[in-house]
Amino acid sequence: MNGARSRLRTEVAIVGGGLVGCSTALHLARRRVPCVLLEAERCGAHASGVNYGGVRQQGRALAELPLAGRARRIWGRLERLVGGDGEFRATGHLRLARDEAEAAALEGWIREAARYGVHGELLSREALRARFPWLGEGFAAGSFSADDGQANPRLVAPLFARAARSEGATILEGRTVVAIERAPPGFVLRAEPELELEARVLVNAAGAWGTRIARLLGEELPSEPIAPNMLVSEPLPFRIEPNLGMAGPGIYLRQVPDGSVIFGGGRGTVDLERRRCRPSFATSLATIGEACRVVPELARASIIRTWAGIEGRTPDDLPIIGPSPRMAGLFHAFGFSGHGFMLAPAVGAVLAELILDGHSATSLAGLEPARFAPGSAAAA
Amino acid sequence: MEDLDDPIDGAHGRWVRLARARGESVPFTIDGIPVRGHAGQMLIAAILAVRPDFGCLPPDRRSRAGFCLIGLCQDCWVRLADGRRVRACTTPLEAGMAVRLDPSDESW
Amino acid sequence: MSSDPLVVIVGAGPAGMAAARTLVEGGLRPLVLEKGPTPGGRLWQRPATVDFERRLPGHDPDRAERGVSDFLGIVDRIDWYPGTTVLDATRDRLWALGSDGVIDQTPWDALLVATGALDRVVPLPGWTLAGVYTLGGAQAALKVHGCAVGRRVAFLGTGPLLWLAAAQHLAAGAEVALVADTSHRLGALPALPDLLSDPQRLALGLACFRIVRRAGVPIRLGVRAAIVEGNETVRAISVESRGGRRHFTCDAVAMGFGLVPQTQLLDLLDVPFDLVPTSGLWLPRTDRSGRTPVPRVYAAGDGARVLGGDAARLSGERAALAILEDLGRPTDPERVARLERELARQERFARGLARAFPFPAELEARTDDDTVVCRCEGVTAGAIASAVRTFGRHDVNAVKALTRCGMGRCQGRLCGPAAARIAARAAGVPLGEAGRLRAQPPIEPLPARARCMVTEPNG
Repeated sequence: MNGARSRLRTEVAIVGGGLVGCSTALHLARRRVPCVLLEAERCGAHASGVNYGGVRQQGRALAELPLAGRARRIWGRLERLVGGDGEFRATGHLRLARDEAEAAALEGWIREAARYGVHGELLSREALRARFPWLGEGFAAGSFSADDGQANPRLVAPLFARAARSEGATILEGRTVVAIERAPPGFVLRAEPELELEARVLVNAAGAWGTRIARLLGEELPSEPIAPNMLVSEPLPFRIEPNLGMAGPGIYLRQVPDGSVIFGGGRGTVDLERRRCRPSFATSLATIGEACRVVPELARASIIRTWAGIEGRTPDDLPIIGPSPRMAGLFHAFGFSGHGFMLAPAVGAVLAELILDGHSATSLAGLEPARFAPGSAAAA
Repeated sequence: MEDLDDPIDGAHGRWVRLARARGESVPFTIDGIPVRGHAGQMLIAAILAVRPDFGCLPPDRRSRAGFCLIGLCQDCWVRLADGRRVRACTTPLEAGMAVRLDPSDESW
Repeated sequence: MSSDPLVVIVGAGPAGMAAARTLVEGGLRPLVLEKGPTPGGRLWQRPATVDFERRLPGHDPDRAERGVSDFLGIVDRIDWYPGTTVLDATRDRLWALGSDGVIDQTPWDALLVATGALDRVVPLPGWTLAGVYTLGGAQAALKVHGCAVGRRVAFLGTGPLLWLAAAQHLAAGAEVALVADTSHRLGALPALPDLLSDPQRLALGLACFRIVRRAGVPIRLGVRAAIVEGNETVRAISVESRGGRRHFTCDAVAMGFGLVPQTQLLDLLDVPFDLVPTSGLWLPRTDRSGRTPVPRVYAAGDGARVLGGDAARLSGERAALAILEDLGRPTDPERVARLERELARQERFARGLARAFPFPAELEARTDDDTVVCRCEGVTAGAIASAVRTFGRHDVNAVKALTRCGMGRCQGRLCGPAAARIAARAAGVPLGEAGRLRAQPPIEPLPARARCMVTEPNG
């Protein structure tokens, strides 16, 4: 580059090398569409690479279920798509209700979700105890969804990045987008250090920075940065097969085959300017207490590591995915609010269809950016 | 030199005592078998006086006998019958301690 | 409660103890947190429960006793918490687990980190067998427990501690199978001028060498490769040097290749680190006064730079004076100057040691694919190299994420430097580009049953 600002031209520019960005690059590249992904740090550096690793449809907002269903099919054939299974296992997901009201909510969700072809099995207090003897007292009911499971985000994010590259996508790491100009029919992105990128289509997959990227084009899409706080125990004899979650607010917990129990809940601290986050010790202690109520024997183990990852959260806790309501050629996919890992493989597939075909069979109703546009019903 | 380190069932200890221990001799058990050690000595010394190793840590459950002995490598965690897990190189032996080293024990 | 600023000292080894005394003299009441049950650190770990019949070289129980009782003489003027493990720290508070199993948070105005050092290891075939220990571990077994770690112990590594530990074992009556040093005898010659800066320590080193030689113990210098043999436990060690490869029967191995400062706390506090090319270690940025670039954070002793016990004492005193200076308290400039002069002399001696006993980087870089690097998670050198090649990533933190190397109970304390070297070698990049494993809280295992006495309003 010899110090001069280098200028690249491509069909689709993707901002953000998280799982969503890499998945988009991969699906575009598979259809032989030239694309360039700009990542400020390293692919998967934040929430994508260090999240909890839950792969579940159960408990999601109904608006996410079409996308989640498609994602689940991709998870099942991850090996063929990206050359590795990312340690995905369909271990089932167990969702726990603490009282009758939560139990009723579980039952309601199972009924609604059945319309989307998603199945959950309601378990009584007694059934829970018989089937999961390691579970603590005090759960009124549970629902078990056998299709759900878990995966290792530390592998999945790099697998998608590698697969996108090998399909021909250009992935440039260490490039921070600082300005975007509309240059009809496309866009010109300026990135530091020393890069100008011209593209017909722009995908904003900047995660916690998605709101800022949208703002560079005068688009106001709300999200706040959060840093989910996670912990891992020392390896213990394997016992907890399903991925665990709560019907209400609370912790999530899973045990990996090597024996470590990974769990999370609450928030760490985040500094978006410095692109840094940090687990909070106070949060960790509170989460340990809660986890020991869910799995009492965990109290015998030691916690050996805690961490956090930067993520964007929207006002309605639903991701912002789809075309810009105001600007042709601009697509957003960010603000996954702490549950995007499972969806990301399908998000890239759907975006690729929207960009190349103008439509997708997978409904994004309720997730589209338009809900935050002034004057729209959802934005009111 | 007085030697209070009783081998278990013909098994031999790993560590060799070279200096006189001051602590009084106290009983404790390893997997239910009664043995003796010196009060106040670290648990690892008491165990390895009568055993060549101990192996009960996942993930690999390989045979271990401590490594750094200053509480940093975390290679010598053992279980006690009361459910506690302790780091043997920084935990003083107490009379009556019940140590569990049996690697086939699947409890947490 | 007084409104005096709260100075917290982490670690009551020679550095922390000297700092505490200096702060007390300066009119402050520091809070001292020590992981062990007694003060003294590794150097003055008190052999309270054993009596040796003979004196061990370099081991002066009376001096240790004096140093420790000196400190105990001021405990009514400090807040003294032995048995307390610091787990996490932010810019205004730290979290520690007490011997009672209770976690507490402590606010701090100035923080002195004096957390000491751990032996540096090189992953070798068989180093995870039961019966392999660090040199410091073998020394602790001897000095604290009065035991040799086996019936026949082989010593492997480099540095003064190798010869000291072997000589101490011989003096205590242990059977020593071998002393194998990766350094060459001739390497010591150019180091001599620097080593003469501390004639007493040089004399001790030579005395240890003589003890080993006179005992008729096999000695190998310039060792190029070593394999620990055995099924589950150590049976033998084979070493390769200019004289060829030879087996030595033994049931224990003590190994160490210098020391690694325990810098996790400084890392969590965002102190920057720099790579020291000669050792290949990343060390926290500090100056001779113990100041770090992070305001109100100080470092002293082997936990910052490995200079030995005497320097630790001096640097603890110096850092305490820096704290007093920064708090606007009067200090004696002549005392500061004298301490810095003495520290400079110790730095010179340490340079000599580094020259006489260079870290065997080649041995580390050529770790066999089958050799376990991370003993907590059982990750091999081959797995590291393969992840580097498969994903094109050589940052050691990326390697950790991909392979689990450094993710286990010890948090990469032992394997971090080797993993970086192996990753850099696999990628064909300079060592510095592999970076260093970043510390994550808790810096030591946190028992889930530990109770917390603090309730956070918005935790």
